[in-house]
Order: sequence, then structure tokens, then C-alpha cells
Amino acid sequence: MTSPPSLGSLARLQMARDLRLALRRGGEWLQPLLFFLVITTLFPLTFDPQLSRLRDVAPAALWVSALLSSLLALELLFRDDAQDGTLEQMAVSGAPLAWLLLAKTAVHWLLTGVPLVLVAPVVAGALGAPYATIPALLAPLVLGSITLSLIGAIGAALTLGLRRGGVLLGLLTLPLTVPVMIFGARASALAIAGQPFVGPMYLLGAVAALALALAPIAVAAAVRINVE
Amino acid sequence: MNLLEARQVHLWRGEIHVLRGVSLSVAAGQCLQLTGPNGAGKSTLLRVLCGLLPAADGQILWRDADCTRDASPLQRECAYLGHLSGHKGELSALENLAYLCGLRRRCSEAELDAALQAVGLHGGAQRRPLRQLSAGQQRRVALARVILQQTPLWLLDEPIANLDVQGQELFNGLLAGHLASGGLALIATHQPLAVAEASLLRLELAA
Repeated sequence: MTSPPSLGSLARLQMARDLRLALRRGGEWLQPLLFFLVITTLFPLTFDPQLSRLRDVAPAALWVSALLSSLLALELLFRDDAQDGTLEQMAVSGAPLAWLLLAKTAVHWLLTGVPLVLVAPVVAGALGAPYATIPALLAPLVLGSITLSLIGAIGAALTLGLRRGGVLLGLLTLPLTVPVMIFGARASALAIAGQPFVGPMYLLGAVAALALALAPIAVAAAVRINVE
Repeated sequence: MNLLEARQVHLWRGEIHVLRGVSLSVAAGQCLQLTGPNGAGKSTLLRVLCGLLPAADGQILWRDADCTRDASPLQRECAYLGHLSGHKGELSALENLAYLCGLRRRCSEAELDAALQAVGLHGGAQRRPLRQLSAGQQRRVALARVILQQTPLWLLDEPIANLDVQGQELFNGLLAGHLASGGLALIATHQPLAVAEASLLRLELAA
């Protein structure tokens, strides 16, 4: 018997494969990003194009659009792997399933969360946030998008067996994201106003830590039920 | 010594009592052929044995250790080939195998290549996206995966479906090698297996 692979090499294996698949599939991962840009562009068009007024809704616009666009890509997170039997092979491989699924979720965040954080400065600028505050704006978005991916993974795993899981996925996931939305939008609002925003950042960090610790276990349990 | 043993395994799927007290025991070097009409629970039994489905009642032993609740000791030494292959059409045969085998052990490129050669996939076919290969070739890749995982226990569900005559001969050769090296196999299939009578067991599941 050869010794089983280490956790580090398992994570590398899983992430390298998922990234390669995403690249082979072309622009699928770009869709949430474009969705994010389109929604945020709708705000100045439908609200009031005055920058001073827009600035007040900028945090809400950023966070609600980020949430919706992260939801958009979630349905695909585990679906293909469930349909072609990859999840089965993962479950019977003897490797820790929660760890493999966490690696998958990390790739999901790299492909949907990170691009979103990268274009957020442009969007925030367009919504009237002063340029000096933009670096501070990014910190809550980084933490928040990680948490959104983790919470979303639970919903995606739970709705795997359903033919049209999309709507249910939203109904299941959105309420769980309320704490992230409250603290995230608050941190962004304070950052735009140029005030200290460590308070909501701590809470955002706490939610992220909690999700990081618990979500993989919940995701693995849901996947095991699905492969039965 | 019996490596794998199941005692009075029961399983319900909804209202249907699929497995009704199935017992079996397989020793090293033996092959158990599962037969029975469609819907008799052949696939279900294999899934229960590898821990994908929890048995409602009964016991599953691997090397005399109880694996009914926690199947991980058995899973580490078991290659499972179901109806779904776990392959991605966008990836090549080599890439698919590197991932699926990497979940269990480190495989060198040379090993992957050798296993694919052994199932009759040479040169360019190894590197083409898998969706461009025929169903039979994809089944051969799945067989290569089973060899590469290097486990003593094989649980195979219709392994020779889609294979041509040469492919079936190839499979029989692989199986004979596996049994001769002290491995054991449970195979759900209706086709005759070219295994010496002395080491072939049969289990017929009733509908």
C-alpha cells in the first residue's frame, strides 16, 4: 500500500483540475462578472445620476449586485461533477471529502469573487465613491465574497438533486447571507464616508471564519446524501 | 481467509425492499459474479459495499473489521467502477486519470501512459479531449483507472458494456492478472467471465 496523498497535494490536484476545466470551457466564469457590471450600471440609470445622491446607494448597489452575481454561478458549482459521477469517485476515494469540496469552493471564489473584487474599484468610482476611499472599500468585499461563496456552496450542494434547483437555491441561500450583507454594506458605507470601519470588519471576519469552519462539513454531508 | 464479507444486508429504496438479506464472502484471488434480472439490486449492492449507500441492516466486513458505518478502511483499498465514469469530456484521458488516481496516490506520467497502453489507447488518443473518443474507448479509460488505483478489491458494475470483442478479451486478461496477484473482484454482469471455475463464485439476486 502506498501512503495516501497529503492534504496539500489533494488541494493542489483539485484546484488545478477545476481551473483547467474552467479555462477549457471558455467564458463561462465571465458571466457573473458581466452580470455584476450590468446591474451596477443600472443604478445610475434608474436612480438619480447626481453623484452626491448615488454615493449614498453605492454600498447597497455594490453588495446586492455582488450577492446576485455570486448566486448566478453557484448552480454550476457541483452540478457537472454530480452528473458525470466525479462526486461519487471523490466520495469513495477515501480522501477527506470536505477538504476536496473546500478546494472546489476556493476555485469558485477565485473565478467569481476575485474578478468581482478587481472590478469593484471601477464600479465604486462610477457610483461616486471618492477615489481615495477605494482601497478601503475593497477589504470588506474580499472577506464578504469569500463568505458568500462558502454559504452558497451549502445551498448548491443541498439543491443538487433537484432538476430546477435555481430558484430554491436562491431562497435557501439569500437568508443565510443577511449578516454578510448587513456588516459588509455598513463597512463599505463607513469606508466611503472616510470613517473608521474596523467594527463591521471584525464582525465580517467572524462570519467568514464561522463559514470557513462549518460550511465544508455541511457541504460534504449534503453531497454524501446526494450520491446515495 | 475471506477478505470481504457481507452478512444479511438489507436495503429499502422508498417502499421497495431491494436487498433482502444478502450475504456473501469473497477471499483473495476469487471473483464473484453478480447476476439477476434488471432491478434486482446488483448496482445497489455494489454501492452499499463501497459505502456510497448506507445499509439499513446487516454487516459489512473488510479484513474482519466492521465497515458498515465507516467504510473508509474498505474505500482506501477498493476501486469502484459504476455506470458513471467520473470523466470530464473537456479533459484528455491522461488528465482525467491523473486527477482520479491522484485522489488516492501519486501517479507518474509514465505510469498513466503505461496503463493507457495496456487498455489499448496509444499516442494521440491519450491527449485528445475525452469527448472525442468513442464510448468503448472511454470505457477502456475507466478500466485503466481501475488498474492504476492498485487496490486489492475491485467493484465493477457492467465493466464490459460498450466493449468490442478485443476489449472483452483485454478485460478478461486484466481480471485474470488481478486475481492471480491476490486481488478480489465483484462484478455485476450477464456476460460470461473467463475466470477459472475454481475461483469463480456466483450470486444470483432475485427480482
